[in-house]
Amino acid sequence: MTKIKNLADLRELKDKLQSKTKLRDKSESPDQLVQIKVAMATCCIASGSRETMNYIVDELDKRNIDAVVTQTGCMGYCYAEPTVEVIVPGKEPIVFGYVDAKRADEIIEKYIKGGMLVEGIIPVNYKKIDQ
Amino acid sequence: MKDISYHILDIARNSLNAGANLIEISITEHNDTGELILQIRDNGYGMTEDMLKRITDPFFTTSSTKKVGLGLPLLKQNAELTGGCLRIESERNRGTLVTALFHQFHIDMIPEGDLAMTFRSLISSNPESDFLYRHRADEGEFILDTAEIRRELEGISLNAREVLDYITDYIRENLKALKIKEM
Ligand code: FES
Repeated sequence: MTKIKNLADLRELKDKLQSKTKLRDKSESPDQLVQIKVAMATCCIASGSRETMNYIVDELDKRNIDAVVTQTGCMGYCYAEPTVEVIVPGKEPIVFGYVDAKRADEIIEKYIKGGMLVEGIIPVNYKKIDQ
Repeated sequence: MKDISYHILDIARNSLNAGANLIEISITEHNDTGELILQIRDNGYGMTEDMLKRITDPFFTTSSTKKVGLGLPLLKQNAELTGGCLRIESERNRGTLVTALFHQFHIDMIPEGDLAMTFRSLISSNPESDFLYRHRADEGEFILDTAEIRRELEGISLNAREVLDYITDYIRENLKALKIKEM
């Protein structure tokens, strides 16, 4: 039987992380950060929003973009799941539909980094159902 | 929902929406009988008796908000398809306990799915909440306790990618040690 892993090596991880300067507290200036909300209601989950979200979190980190990624409820565009709302500081929120890994990559590279519009924008004046 | 990991994410999202900041998730598997028991307990607002009665009705959703929808009826259906069942206990302002029993040998049993990915996404978007995940099987058991990790890391946010990677590996390796097939 393989040995069950315990949390013993957490200390090591902590030391490693503390020496990294990039770990600023993200809550200090949240309005300066890119905010991304991934709809994560029942049918969103069934259509792949978990994978989309994990992909976005990883890619933002790899590409050194400071952002806050959260989960939210149904945004009302169930036909275009998985849906993602992106708020770049100083700009209007934009909702993107059918966000798989490929589209998420475009959103990060072209819209967030490059400021260009990309396909998949849901043209809306929406009200949030959640909250 | 095509596997248990998605159900867990879905039910835990209900809990978070109900104000919970501690969610305990346990999976217990018995190899001999094939029983798998999934329990999700939270410390959220809970439900009234009236809500409880109607909660597994697919056409019911808490009127003012749209927060609890299809999730529980789907879990009930998937459990019942294997000859299992679903039970929900709840107390107003104390929390809710959802228990689903599955029979793994049944042809309609759904896979467990990518449990590590479910916890990764929950923790990365709710780094302030605590998740206590316990998985028991004949081979042994393991626990993932974010409160413990938080204490050890002293102020480092749980949604730093290195921490998420650590947690993902921790779950994956332990599931392997327990000989649990994820997909
Ligand atoms: S349920 Fe997924 S966007 Fe509406």
